[in-house]
Amino acid sequence: MTTADPTVTRPTGSAAPGLDLLSPGRVLRDRIATLLVCAAFGLAMIPLAWILWSVVSNGWHLLVESQWWTHSQRSITQDRPGGGAYHAIFGTLVQAIICSLIAVPLAVFTAIYLVEYGRGRLARVVSFMVDILTGIPSIVAALFIYAVWVTTFHAQRVGFAVSLSLVLLMIPVVVRSTEEMLKLVPNELREASYALGVPKWKTIARIVVPTALGGIVTGIMLGLARVMGETAPLLILGPYAAGINTNLFSGFMAALPTMIRENFGTGDAAATERMWAAALTLIIVVLLLNLAGRFVARFSGVKK
Amino acid sequence: MATITGHSELDSRPSGDVGSTSRFGDRLFSGLATGSGVLVVAVIAAVAVFLIAQAIPALTKDDANFLTDRVWDVDATPLRFGIPDLLWVTVISSVIAMIIAVPIALGVALFLTEYAPSRLARPFAHLVDLLAAVPSIVYGLWGAAILQPYVKPLQEAAGYALGWFPMFDNTAGVGGTVFLASIVLAIMILPIVTAISREVFAQTPRAHKEGALALGSTRWEMIRTAVLPYGTPGVVSAAMLGLGRALGETIAVSMILSTVSTFTWSIFSGGETFASKIANNAQEFDSPAKAGAFIAAGLVLFVLTFVVNAIARVVIERRKAFTE
Repeated sequence: MTTADPTVTRPTGSAAPGLDLLSPGRVLRDRIATLLVCAAFGLAMIPLAWILWSVVSNGWHLLVESQWWTHSQRSITQDRPGGGAYHAIFGTLVQAIICSLIAVPLAVFTAIYLVEYGRGRLARVVSFMVDILTGIPSIVAALFIYAVWVTTFHAQRVGFAVSLSLVLLMIPVVVRSTEEMLKLVPNELREASYALGVPKWKTIARIVVPTALGGIVTGIMLGLARVMGETAPLLILGPYAAGINTNLFSGFMAALPTMIRENFGTGDAAATERMWAAALTLIIVVLLLNLAGRFVARFSGVKK
Repeated sequence: MATITGHSELDSRPSGDVGSTSRFGDRLFSGLATGSGVLVVAVIAAVAVFLIAQAIPALTKDDANFLTDRVWDVDATPLRFGIPDLLWVTVISSVIAMIIAVPIALGVALFLTEYAPSRLARPFAHLVDLLAAVPSIVYGLWGAAILQPYVKPLQEAAGYALGWFPMFDNTAGVGGTVFLASIVLAIMILPIVTAISREVFAQTPRAHKEGALALGSTRWEMIRTAVLPYGTPGVVSAAMLGLGRALGETIAVSMILSTVSTFTWSIFSGGETFASKIANNAQEFDSPAKAGAFIAAGLVLFVLTFVVNAIARVVIERRKAFTE
């Protein structure tokens, strides 16, 4: 930021005292405001540090055991220690990847529509609906998929249905970030391409999207991080299973959030330990995706 | 040779790469893009249609008044369920969360745009954004298992001083109170409100700020006269978006709130929100027949968040019209 630096001290006690001397009341109010604003930031950091500390200190010791990453919870009762989270990690990753395979093309094309094609009423409606989709509670998205998948088509509650409901939650994140990036692509690039006789679609596919690719990837990663942490769709559509299930279309599939929920409030020491360890695993996955996304954004942003 | 009319032989005789002027690719691409956009609109419409279609059968079988009766009995025949309790807990917990979060978020946004050293502003902003990256189930876990004993004395003090007022009556004796849920919700919406407020504050025209400073304002006076008036619509919109998020938050609230058998108005008692009611009864979803009542509750939640988000959107659109 390059605004004039307001900290520069004003000349105090100059030729005309009382004219440019700040009155004590004004100085006091300024100091109090500074104090409150800094305190607000400090206050906001407390829960972040506290949450991360709670999860890390309670969960780390199971994570350093190799069987946490290689075994499932099959035939391990809640009060007995042992087993791992492989089944849940697998479920979380697979459901998120399937979700992104559906959501990303849809979202990127929607963003292309909004930036490159959309004019007039339809574009306004689409943009409005993307905003509404941003605010849709995850439980409502889950109920919708339930109403379609289970009630209407009489299908079973399976991993794929979870992915479908996650699609609704991922689309707005990717649309918005892609849209922002496409808008940053300088118009001169498009015009240069048109002037060379390149058709519009090729201009978009070869010039505009590659220029904005870093930002699009960032959006996808942030979207992935969001859907991986979602629990509500799993409660309705993807009940927990203790064993490994690699089939998205049959049987219940575990995921990290449902594994946490399963071990929550049981009172067993082993279950509580598993719960924190699963929470730490989830946080690690989500934060890694977030950091990777920001890293990509940093080094491949559209140069202005 | 071209005549003075400007018509050239070349105009009617294309040479070189004639290309395809019909451009199949163009039509395909714009079709795909428009189709995706339309699909998004269709999905929202489908959400409304499917939820309404599934809720109506349950609502017609509902023997109680859906909007006014305080019962929830979906195992009985006939079904008896109503939403006023859910509506109260949902709205009051979200509003309290908003009241806690918005001033702090304003402070953080001002800190990041006006106070923090410019080199540190970006990393600090990322730290605040990290709060948004923490999954909501972890918030639930932390709120229920770690934060609860720390909030209890606060609650007791408030109950002691203000207990005569039904909203602050602290006699329920449950651990997971609406107040605790509100605090956790406030932390969860803080990054969203901060991010949007920060964006609008950063857009304050430099001329306004420098003008204020040139007239001899202190930094705080500059913020009060230049930054805040400019940013107000954005902050209102940010608060509404935060409210929308809080209204729909499911798993954290369901893990924190204790369910209570009798309804009270007190925020120091338990209860259920729309979302936590649905989450707590997720096992009922093994049969569509029982799911209808919960889908009806979900429909109300959908309408509620739709309205709140639409208001937020309209407010920010107004502001755009003002400044451009």
